Amino acid sequence: MVPESFETHPSRYRHWRATFDGAWCRLALDAREGEPLVPGYALKLNSYDLGVDLELADFVQRLRFCHPEVKAVIVTGAKERVFSAGANIRMLAGSSHPFKVNFCKFTNETRLAMEDASRHSGVKFLAAVNGTCAGGGYELALACDEIALVDDGQSAVSLPEVPLLGVLPGTGGLTRVVDKRRVRRDRADMFATLVEGIKGKRALEWGLVDRLVPKSRFEQAIFERAQELAARTDETPRGPAIELEPLDPRIDGDRIAYSHVELAMDRVRRRADLVVSGPAGEEAAALADIVAAGSCWWPLRAFRELDDALLRLRFHGEEVNVVTLRTRGDIEKLLAVDRTLEELRQVGLVREVLLHIARTLRRLDLTARSFFAVVDRESCFAGPLLELALAADRTYMVDDGATRMALTPLNFGAFPMSHGLTRLAQRLADGDGDPARLADREDRLRARRGELLGAAAADQAGLVTVRADDIDFDDELRVAVEERASLSPDALTGMEASLRFAGTESLATKIFGRLSAWQNWIFTRPNATGPTGALTRYGAPEQAQFDPRRT
Amino acid sequence: MTIDLESKIPNNVDLASDRKLQRALEAWQPSFLSWWREMGPDGFQDDEVYLRTAVSVSADGWAHFANVKMPDYRWGIFLAPPARETIGFGDHLGEPAWNEVPGDLRAALRRIVVTQADTEPASVEQQRRLGHSAPSLYDLRNLFQVNVEEGRHLWAMVYLLHKHFGRDGREEAEGLLARRSGDADRPRILGAFNARIDDWLSFFMFTMFTDRDGKYQLAALSESGFAPLARTTRFMLTEEAHHLFVGETGVDRIVRRSAELTRLDPNGDARAQGGIDLPTLQRYLNYWFSLSLDLFGGEVSTNAADFFASGLKGRYRESEQAEHRALEQVVRLETFENGRVAEREVPLRNAMNEQLRDAYVEDCERAVARWNKTLTGSGVGFRLKLPSRRFHRAIGPFAHQPFDPDGRLGSPDDWAAHLDDFLPSESDRSFVRALQRPVHARGQIAHWISPPAKGINGQPFDFEYVRRV
Repeated sequence: MVPESFETHPSRYRHWRATFDGAWCRLALDAREGEPLVPGYALKLNSYDLGVDLELADFVQRLRFCHPEVKAVIVTGAKERVFSAGANIRMLAGSSHPFKVNFCKFTNETRLAMEDASRHSGVKFLAAVNGTCAGGGYELALACDEIALVDDGQSAVSLPEVPLLGVLPGTGGLTRVVDKRRVRRDRADMFATLVEGIKGKRALEWGLVDRLVPKSRFEQAIFERAQELAARTDETPRGPAIELEPLDPRIDGDRIAYSHVELAMDRVRRRADLVVSGPAGEEAAALADIVAAGSCWWPLRAFRELDDALLRLRFHGEEVNVVTLRTRGDIEKLLAVDRTLEELRQVGLVREVLLHIARTLRRLDLTARSFFAVVDRESCFAGPLLELALAADRTYMVDDGATRMALTPLNFGAFPMSHGLTRLAQRLADGDGDPARLADREDRLRARRGELLGAAAADQAGLVTVRADDIDFDDELRVAVEERASLSPDALTGMEASLRFAGTESLATKIFGRLSAWQNWIFTRPNATGPTGALTRYGAPEQAQFDPRRT
Repeated sequence: MTIDLESKIPNNVDLASDRKLQRALEAWQPSFLSWWREMGPDGFQDDEVYLRTAVSVSADGWAHFANVKMPDYRWGIFLAPPARETIGFGDHLGEPAWNEVPGDLRAALRRIVVTQADTEPASVEQQRRLGHSAPSLYDLRNLFQVNVEEGRHLWAMVYLLHKHFGRDGREEAEGLLARRSGDADRPRILGAFNARIDDWLSFFMFTMFTDRDGKYQLAALSESGFAPLARTTRFMLTEEAHHLFVGETGVDRIVRRSAELTRLDPNGDARAQGGIDLPTLQRYLNYWFSLSLDLFGGEVSTNAADFFASGLKGRYRESEQAEHRALEQVVRLETFENGRVAEREVPLRNAMNEQLRDAYVEDCERAVARWNKTLTGSGVGFRLKLPSRRFHRAIGPFAHQPFDPDGRLGSPDDWAAHLDDFLPSESDRSFVRALQRPVHARGQIAHWISPPAKGINGQPFDFEYVRRV
């Protein structure tokens, strides 16, 4: 099930066709039935697997860096009367539980990346639903800004998972129907239990789609709407365009080495070490130089590598329970890069780099592993890399008079978590939720931006969980890691997900914390995946048999 | 306005005392009539046609002949007497048959009914202009008989929608009159029912091959555990038989005439003698047979398995099967994987579409053998044959693959180069169309087709089957 690599390139897309025309682009799904990621199922009716979704994720990512001129994307199906039938059911039914969970998480992150591109990069997505649009197919449309449905008397949108498969529409469908599109919950209830879905006028009345277009005028109407969206004038800075070069890590067994990131997994001891190195030399500081450096510019390169490493950790490192997060490098050089990011943050390209760092950090927040940040003499936890320490479940810092961390202006809002709050804010609550006193604490920290904080100061600022001198430190850390690795991985996943996102909720946290969590539970239940469960029996000659007891 | 439905609609469903149904039909009946005027046979609506009307389900009631104007045709609603009291197959084998829709099967059942129902008005729309080029009054009458009975089959299905599916059913019933065959915006559901039928060769091929799919679908539904569907479709089958007869004998009459003209011509060219040459006939056969094969659905089908398991749709002549759960057996199916034809083992329930297609193909083979017997008798060497099931498919593993009529895989270039040998070309179609000049005089017949062996209901061929006004 698991791909060797998570990287791809438009020249290698097998399932999507992207056509660029000035300020708009047409992205058409034409899934090759006979080319699933692994043998055993056919990608019929534009159903998708991880291979299809990796290409979509790659497209959305490159759209932001390589195509700053694009303001509107038509998402449609290239097959006659087929938009997408959603995630491939046989693929899901044949997958391990961890794979299913990771697959759903990744596809959710990709759809959120589309919404992120719409909100922050001025790219509007128009779902041109030209036919069959079921389950994950409709969820893809829901991730777009607008949905146009062909009005041919037959084509419907549907979320048939509950009645057909005994599972949930796990890619944000239920959440977006009520939270994003504001469909009435009683109607959403009808909709989500109707295998055939809802078509035509009622789909429009209920708010499941934004417009109906007759089949004969479909292409033209979509084209015209895309032109309108592309002709918008807004102030979102974009560009200049750069190419995203391949990462090509060196892989040696369970050790994956990139230029700035290294991941080493120890399956026996159920732990991994993840090391991010700061900038080694003089990094570009002027826009022209940054453009010339392109995707080799440290902040972009390092976080693209981290992003890739996190996917490998999730998919390849199932046995890993706890990860130590370290940084290596010169904190002054890092602060210099940080200043460049801050100074040029209104330039489109630099803004995209910051947004990319924010997305990668959110992927870290959503990774079901225990993370312990290790702050020692060689480390450079400052600005964007300080976020790693703040994202970690615990931070261990050596108190040796030489180890330093630093807060920068970027830590105060450039990298919001899924619920919109900063990671720093999570550390400010200290048995006291009074808003005025929280704001006061934040102001006091703000005053210390750029300052190198030793262990005591960092501890006082709420950045450190455990502070130990250099004689005790190694032992302290070793014991903590060993203890952590011995705990139940399931309980840890639930515990960490509960603790990491204090404060308000957002669409994203509802998707991951509610929809996905319930889905993951349902996936392990006999009514879905037991020998007579609905997902197991889908397509089989026998009908599902349920355990009638409601939990 | 209240319509006296009881007198207008012959029925055995106690329409007079069913207020819910009356209310629904009162609203639907005027829409149906306006649909018939708009999309039914073009012209001929004031002519008196020698039509068969079903007035009851008894042996002498289903074929009542009289001269009728088509808009006055009495479209009736009939349920055949129940063939059995219990469900005859699937997971509910032996349980009492359902007289009401089980809640958990409502969506699936509605889909089955709507898909079947949609074909009925579709074929009327496809055939609406054919009256203007009928080769004889006999054929004109048969066309209209087929049309009005497809109309009645629509009534039969709409009855089920109104009676058993509530508001959704009424909306679907309206939808049946809103879609249009071949329309770019609101096409009919199934592909073959959007294809052009603008000549009589196509009409006969359609009633031979496409209506025959209908026969097998109806036969499978007549086994249904949902008794009203089983009883409705069983009665429809009695009428459908005549449509198939029209198609099979229609093609046979063209075959006979084409063979005669082939022999008559010094160069053996039926076209030169004003007939349809046998190779063109073969191409039409290739087209309609392959289009109709798709109507059975995918070779391996989850829906088919679900429909069988839940007792909604059985096999052809289910009662003659040795075993009715079909849970243990597997069948080997031909499939196309990685560029090669291969065999795959599939649970029997998932292969139900293919099982039904098998029965259909066997039936078609029998008809082709009959036509070839006609050719043998005429002394012409040409023989017709069914193309391979892999040929010209739009669904299933062979969809859009360049298989020739013999089932050999060629390249896309081969396919393009031989397309006009495989399927009717535009020039074939215009040639056939050009032959279509109306013959509306008693006892006369067009040059390109033979008269039938006998007339309708014991009447002679030169009977005035349609009285023009």
